[in-house]
Amino acid sequence: MRPVEVLRFSLKALTGHSLRTALSLLGVMIGVAAVVVLTALGEGARLYVVDQFNSLGTNLLIVLPGRTETSGTMGIGGVPNDLTLEDAQAIAREISQARRVAPISMGTEEVAFRERSRQIVVLGTTSEYQHARRVQLQRGEFLPDEELFRGANVAVLGHKAAKELFDNRDPIGAVVRVGGWRMRVIGVLAKQGTKMGVNFDDLVIVPVRTGMKMLNRSSLFRILIQVHAHTDLDLARDRVVDLITERHEEEDITVITQDAVVSTFSAILNTLTLAVAAIAAISLSVAGIGIMNVMLVSVSERTSEVGLLKAVGVNNRQILTVFLAEASLISIAGGLIGLGTGWLIVRTVVRLWPAFPATTPLWAVGAALGVSIVVGVVFGVIPARRATGLDPIAALGQR
Amino acid sequence: MIRLEGICRTFEVGDQPVYALVDVQEEIRAGEHVAIMGPSGSGKSTLLNIVGCLDRPTAGSYHLDDREVGQLDDGELTQIRRHEIGFVFQFFHLVSRLTAQENVEMPMVFANLPRAERRERARQALDAVGVGARADHLPEQLSGGERQRVALARATILRPKILLADEPTGNLDSKSGRVVLDLLDGLNDDGLTLIVVTHDARVAHRADRVIVLVDGKIAKRAPGDRINEVLSLLAEEDE
Repeated sequence: MRPVEVLRFSLKALTGHSLRTALSLLGVMIGVAAVVVLTALGEGARLYVVDQFNSLGTNLLIVLPGRTETSGTMGIGGVPNDLTLEDAQAIAREISQARRVAPISMGTEEVAFRERSRQIVVLGTTSEYQHARRVQLQRGEFLPDEELFRGANVAVLGHKAAKELFDNRDPIGAVVRVGGWRMRVIGVLAKQGTKMGVNFDDLVIVPVRTGMKMLNRSSLFRILIQVHAHTDLDLARDRVVDLITERHEEEDITVITQDAVVSTFSAILNTLTLAVAAIAAISLSVAGIGIMNVMLVSVSERTSEVGLLKAVGVNNRQILTVFLAEASLISIAGGLIGLGTGWLIVRTVVRLWPAFPATTPLWAVGAALGVSIVVGVVFGVIPARRATGLDPIAALGQR
Repeated sequence: MIRLEGICRTFEVGDQPVYALVDVQEEIRAGEHVAIMGPSGSGKSTLLNIVGCLDRPTAGSYHLDDREVGQLDDGELTQIRRHEIGFVFQFFHLVSRLTAQENVEMPMVFANLPRAERRERARQALDAVGVGARADHLPEQLSGGERQRVALARATILRPKILLADEPTGNLDSKSGRVVLDLLDGLNDDGLTLIVVTHDARVAHRADRVIVLVDGKIAKRAPGDRINEVLSLLAEEDE
């Protein structure tokens, strides 16, 4: 029996009970659509996080004071040596792979303009930070290129901080008090929201030297290094560790790459996507049970037909093929409609929330279709075998 | 030729054996028209099923032409049913979702005949039984007589040598029944071996021979045109 004849015969059987077929098809459709939508959301979350990291700059190394391996947990056991501006200067001078070096100090201080004040994050750094972290300015300018140790009394305000302190007045040129220090406002950041836990709208950026004095810190919070190329990351990390170890006479820093952090998040979200896909796949197996149920009813209703087929010389293999083809057609059609429905839902999500890059991974599309087809065939086997196992005489006895 | 030797068929009902056929000996020549009669439960349909290779005897041997059917496997029996035997049933057994044309085509679909040939042969077969104009109708749109004629076209579409009819007029009015019987007679005249199970003496009367089964055994054999005498005799014996 040629495949096209099997399909024609099976299609005729399915369309003969269109409501029943549609209902079992609906089960598969929902399962596949669930896989498509949920994996799209998972993948969207992953891409969103990766994009957030990338918006903070690429090819970045982050040097932290303290060595993770020393005590097993960073910070416990104390930091043997401060991470200093001299260290940052040495990195900039010695590490040829380093394109930009931005030392960072961080703390919280009261920032006030006239009678208005608010407690916000004070981030001390250099002009390099703007390019390494892709910081956008709304007006004015970022920290000036100046000698690392000088520490001018200038400040760049976050968008919200400027708004809160100055309302609609232009803050450029105005003097604010940061922890008692008089600082002249030279720039305001563009609105950019919170990135990886730092609210760039509600902070004040000052020269690193000033920040360290203001916050009374002897050690830097981080040193941010941007290398020339992605391939430089590993070598640069090793060289930074060697350099600082030589300077501190012990290895007391931790160097992480932003890629590693991104990879970790990406791996976590990939696992999450797989998990939700697996959960959605469970609904596909439930749909498979639905198919089996429908096919069992079909075999039961068509007992006399099966008897007739046997009487006219149709062999068991052909009967098995016909019933399996019916189950497969339900699952394939349900899978394809589910794919289309899922795609429409994902498109709607993207249209409603353009910032969220929901997109179904290709593997999920393949897996959803594959699983739905396998489910149809596997769950179609029992009814099909029941049909072939029917006694033709008993089957013909049923009208 | 059909040769049945010592055919027995026993069913287990609970722990009790039920003897549907007991030591049946019979020969049916090619082209013969044989009617099988008997009261309900006498084993008529069981005998027809064994002859039609839908069932196997518990004991005895069944020779179809030169083959011992008991030695054949299920696949070979399927091939015999496909190519050598046609069935007509009391309740027609047409597939309700298929048109008359498609019902007649069905055996050819599974026998891998090309579509064009199927269509042509089915159309001719429907014309031959007088329902060509109803080819595109579903069974529910046909009368009982028309349905049985479609079933007859389907049963003969692969040109079998033997046609087995189980109460072919049992569900028809007398006029439709006569039409179907005339068609069966015509097929027999063309050389088809015809075996009809019936309760109706008028149907049996058309046969060359009548076999009367009682309690699974052949109680009487008679020419078709003497069936009424035989039945009267059996009734007297019962009394």
